[in-house]
Amino acid sequence: MSSTPSSAYWRGVRDGLPFLLVIGPFSLLFGVVATEAGLNVLEALAFSVVVIAGAAQFAALQLLQDNAPTLIVILSALAINLRMAMYSASLTTHLGAAPLWQRALVAYFTVDQSFALATATFEKERDWSLAQKVAYFFGCVTPICPMWYVLTVVGALIGNTIPPEFALDFALPITFIAMIAPMLRTVPHLAAAGVAVTMSLVLAGLPLNLGLLASALLGMIAGAQAELWVNRKLAKEAQG
Amino acid sequence: MIDPHELWLVIIALGVGSFALRFMFLGLVGRRELPEWALRHLRYTAVSVLPALVAPLVVWPSATGGQTDPARLAAASVALCVGLFTGRVFAAILSGFATLYAMLWLVG
Repeated sequence: MSSTPSSAYWRGVRDGLPFLLVIGPFSLLFGVVATEAGLNVLEALAFSVVVIAGAAQFAALQLLQDNAPTLIVILSALAINLRMAMYSASLTTHLGAAPLWQRALVAYFTVDQSFALATATFEKERDWSLAQKVAYFFGCVTPICPMWYVLTVVGALIGNTIPPEFALDFALPITFIAMIAPMLRTVPHLAAAGVAVTMSLVLAGLPLNLGLLASALLGMIAGAQAELWVNRKLAKEAQG
Repeated sequence: MIDPHELWLVIIALGVGSFALRFMFLGLVGRRELPEWALRHLRYTAVSVLPALVAPLVVWPSATGGQTDPARLAAASVALCVGLFTGRVFAAILSGFATLYAMLWLVG
């Protein structure tokens, strides 16, 4: 329904707002864990601003505390972020024609939430112009990313653990399931998700998060193959 | 204690590396058309990566030390069903959390 980049931007802001419920506790927790690991407020904030990827930040911090070799810390955390390369490839199909500086900013702000929101909305709003898509993307990150920094600092200042009864560990799984479920509308989407879930459980034991990458790739292949199969079936029915 | 030099090395290396991963395709491919087979696979990026990221966290939650937990399984199932049938993200999040807290309260 958004007819201008400005209204697309504000729709992005609205769509991004609920994710504060996830980002909030998660970044707060990172600040808390970082102080417990002996980082000062500036170091915790630098981590969140420079890396801006929750799962990788937690993993790096854990490995640093375990006295893992520096190279292993870096490679393991980067392996967790390898999915960002897949996001980048996927976003390129929508935003690839934007000016370089905009693409660089999009790249920096590519996180699970902005990617998932943008992909879901771009699939629905197929007639959107490039300007509308870029505006929507930056709308999504407007509430999310600044709060990521701010609440890291708050968490580092509080330095107290959030009571485990809040079960905040589960905020991330619930949100991602909620984001993905409405996208499972076609046979290929269901096939991709089904294969990815099954393989991620089978391959969970692989080191360096390789199970995630392998199962994601297998899911994408399953989706692509299912799409070809559906198209062939439709073509056959059209003929017969 | 974490050595501050090592810490800053990790922060900077992770920052540069993460940006490189995020910029890899956006920056290099740009407006060039990707081949149809690549697009066909990329359409399923989100519905593959995110479920693969989440599934192990649902089945073996870190908070319970990897023990499968009925409350978390139920919360995930409810969020999935509500999301599937209503198509509304926020309704799925809220019902997932409601289920989680109700189950934790009932069981715990």
